[in-house]
Amino acid sequence: MATQAGQVAPAVSTLRMRPSRSRAWRKTIMPWLFVAPLLFLNVVVILGPSIGSGFYAFTQWSGLGPAKWVGLANFDRMIHDRVFRMAFTNNVRWTLIFLTVPISMGLLGSALLAPVRRGAMFYRTAYFLPYVIASVVNVQIWRQILHPIMGIGPLLASKGLTFMNVAFLGNRHTVLYAIAFVDNWHWWGFLVVLYLAAMQAIDFELYEAARLEGANRWQEWRFVTLPGILPTLVFTILMTVIWSFLVFDYIYLLTQGGPAHASEVLATEVFNSAFFRFEVGYAAAIGLSMSFIAALVVTGFLMLRRRGWEV
Amino acid sequence: MTALSGKRSGRNVSLVPNYIILTALVLFSLLPLTLLISNSLKSDAEVGSNPLGLPKTGIHWQNYPEAWRDAKFSVTMRNSIILTSGTISGVLVIAGLAAYSLAKMNLPGADILTLYLVVGTSMPAQLFMVPLFFMWTKLGLTDSLFGVIIIFWATQSPFATFLLRSYMMAIPKDFEDAARVDGASELQVLRHVIAPITWPGFLTVGLVVGLGAWNEFLFAVTFLHREEVKPISTSLYAFMSRYGREWGKTSAAAAIMMLPVVILFLMLQRRFIEGLTQGGLRG
Repeated sequence: MATQAGQVAPAVSTLRMRPSRSRAWRKTIMPWLFVAPLLFLNVVVILGPSIGSGFYAFTQWSGLGPAKWVGLANFDRMIHDRVFRMAFTNNVRWTLIFLTVPISMGLLGSALLAPVRRGAMFYRTAYFLPYVIASVVNVQIWRQILHPIMGIGPLLASKGLTFMNVAFLGNRHTVLYAIAFVDNWHWWGFLVVLYLAAMQAIDFELYEAARLEGANRWQEWRFVTLPGILPTLVFTILMTVIWSFLVFDYIYLLTQGGPAHASEVLATEVFNSAFFRFEVGYAAAIGLSMSFIAALVVTGFLMLRRRGWEV
Repeated sequence: MTALSGKRSGRNVSLVPNYIILTALVLFSLLPLTLLISNSLKSDAEVGSNPLGLPKTGIHWQNYPEAWRDAKFSVTMRNSIILTSGTISGVLVIAGLAAYSLAKMNLPGADILTLYLVVGTSMPAQLFMVPLFFMWTKLGLTDSLFGVIIIFWATQSPFATFLLRSYMMAIPKDFEDAARVDGASELQVLRHVIAPITWPGFLTVGLVVGLGAWNEFLFAVTFLHREEVKPISTSLYAFMSRYGREWGKTSAAAAIMMLPVVILFLMLQRRFIEGLTQGGLRG
């Protein structure tokens, strides 16, 4: 590309400008002009305000007037704050749930669906569908199913399963798990499709070889499929950790962190601190801590990549 | 997958257990969605006596016009359409230009830019949202659809750029070079040569970005407070809280938000799935 264009460009450019300037223009300035809108928006909307958070995290600020420098006070308060601790613990619980339940369901679903031919498309579509539907809509559905009077709990209780008569979203012992259940309902099918796509790239000859050696279905999955989809699996594990510390929609929509902070997470705490209590500096400090966790995972991801993993 | 299953079927292992479990999982996925539609067709009286079953006392279509009126869909639908189409068109231009630069113009420093974008897209919204809110307030961009569209441009473009770049890299250089020899500028090459060939990529990106804008909740609830600018997502949330027990009407409202997405997804599911499964950190 460079050589051919280079042959043409000088002839044109001598009419207007010196060739040397035209070369820099074509090789450096033009390409950067093409990414300039992307970069400009990114700096204004994401990088600039992120640096802002890095500053406000060390101040006391209500959002109006000047911010007051308070050093590490926000972080000190954070560590000793009961609500922050509950929120952080809930994020850890959330991470553990999402590292196990949806990933297992995704692996199971994809393993069962891979050998199926008839109806494969239907199953794939059905599993994926909840993933494209808005959180607000999904929440409306599950609010009805989990309703303490008209929902599935009382219905099962009337059929003899009395232990199911629980206000799943109103009870502080069940609320986090109930929300995780709803979020997982819309999420696991996405993983099935992701793992299926990864399986398609596996060489069939490996399966044939495994069969010739008398491998059963489990061994085939364990020694051919699993190594084949490992990069995708690792990718989903890393993303799960990042996203589990950012979860907001389903919690805010179903309980706003209640009852009595039992389902509070870091993202809802940032939201409440900044926009209901107007403790912007404190909110920034929590936001900064959340990014620290994300940054750790991204670093791990980039290191794996550098080692030649196709994650 | 067909080739794979072809090989496997030679094995004569029964697939019946597979079908049983797969079907159970389909019920898990789809029954809740059926419940929403079924409840949207019940009268209030029937919801009370029969909250989880199919409608038995007749189909109550009136919930839909009532929900449309009471949830002010004439306003919120317009807002959501503006938000979605504004986001799609902006992202396609911004990401199209950037992807072309990365794929076809040998951008010096491309590695650093890619790294910056990968790290940037995995940072939580909570890191930049709060200062951004106060900055946007000063600039008069809160309570404005355009203000949120700009945010979506910034948050969605990196992913769109990576996806479009992979489409553009698959186009042989001869195509652009021929146009360049004819004296076309880079912008003309992008518009008249590359974009027309890579339209499936643009369509895929448009669908994914549009879906994101249509469903988005966090930025909408933070930046749009006045009733006149609320999109469907946040106004539906308020509507559901206000009409709590009137499941017929609230379900109908939720179904109105869901149906365009479901129909589009069923029509173009290959593109949706391709775009959504290539998102995330893949740079």
